[in-house]
Amino acid sequence: MEMIEHALRANSLVTAFAFVGIIMWISVYLSRWLTFGRIHGSAIAIAIGLALAYWGGIKTGGSKGLADINLFAGIGLMGGAMMRDFAIVATAFEVHVDEAKKAGLIGVISLFLGTIIPFIIGASVAWIMGYRDAVSMTTIGAGAVTYIVGPVTGAAIGASSDLMALSIGTGLIKAIIVMVFTPLAAGFMGLDNPRSAMVFGGLAGTVSGVSAGLAATDRRLVPYGALIATFHTGLGCLMGPSVLFLATKALVG
Amino acid sequence: MIIYGTAILAICHLLGVYIGDVLGMLIGVKANVGGVGIAMILLISARTILHRRGWMPARTEDGVGFWAALYIPVVVAMAAQQNVVAALKGGPVAVISAITAVIACACVIALINRTGPKQDDTWKSGTSVDTL
Repeated sequence: MEMIEHALRANSLVTAFAFVGIIMWISVYLSRWLTFGRIHGSAIAIAIGLALAYWGGIKTGGSKGLADINLFAGIGLMGGAMMRDFAIVATAFEVHVDEAKKAGLIGVISLFLGTIIPFIIGASVAWIMGYRDAVSMTTIGAGAVTYIVGPVTGAAIGASSDLMALSIGTGLIKAIIVMVFTPLAAGFMGLDNPRSAMVFGGLAGTVSGVSAGLAATDRRLVPYGALIATFHTGLGCLMGPSVLFLATKALVG
Repeated sequence: MIIYGTAILAICHLLGVYIGDVLGMLIGVKANVGGVGIAMILLISARTILHRRGWMPARTEDGVGFWAALYIPVVVAMAAQQNVVAALKGGPVAVISAITAVIACACVIALINRTGPKQDDTWKSGTSVDTL
């Protein structure tokens, strides 16, 4: 047993490939026999991944879910930002340029809406719940944009670490909701063509939420959504500490 | 050779991330501005140019296609390392603002997509998705 553990730990990335492969196999099986294909195999796999992340977090008290468990350190590399972005860029090979160009303008509009709407809602909820100063409202509102925009904005305008944690929490919950509920709400959102995927990429925010949500809905839509969503964090970090903070300050003093 | 494709992908990725960093620095943001998106545009352009010259044989394309096909497993691994515990500890402010924001955005997405032009299915061709 120790020998096996050693082999797994010494080859962590390979272990991750095997492990994720098994998760995928189980998910596809569950999808076919339990839901008769109604829920996509990848949606189930992502849900299993999130559940394992919760288990890993409880078990180790760390911040990287399953990847904090020694045996599964390779998951951290396989699902880290480097590999994720590499795979996303690779999907661009399948983009039909005309489709992407047609939806360019509406994609950019969605991007702005996807920054402003969550911010206003986050800041308003913060106000209702008693966080009535401009710094708190802006930090929580920025967290509702993405979990990176939240702390970057908070740091720029001098928010406390408690507020930053709250802001990151808001963004993480948003990303997880998008991952889990996108396939279920795909029909409602009209998510079945490149244009709609680009609108989704702009409005739903966070590369992780969008990429997982689209993967679980229709893998072919991924590059269109990702193309727009990748600008989300940059735009949020640009607008959060500047325009949005000043606007909030002007409103609440 | 397959590695040519993977190398083209890697070069586009690195260039895109670099340009994204420079853009972020220029506009004074402490973040990468659209690096991955720029990398995607670079890759699309590289494909178009190389295709036109006939420098993109199927084997080279496979070097990109493999990574595109690995996309979903990578996303599953990404899901498995989210800080779910911290997210759930955020308390009512975090939960309520996140849920409300998602619902509002979903409604706006539905609104925009229902008013848009109808699309045909030509975009579905030419994808290297292995059907699960």
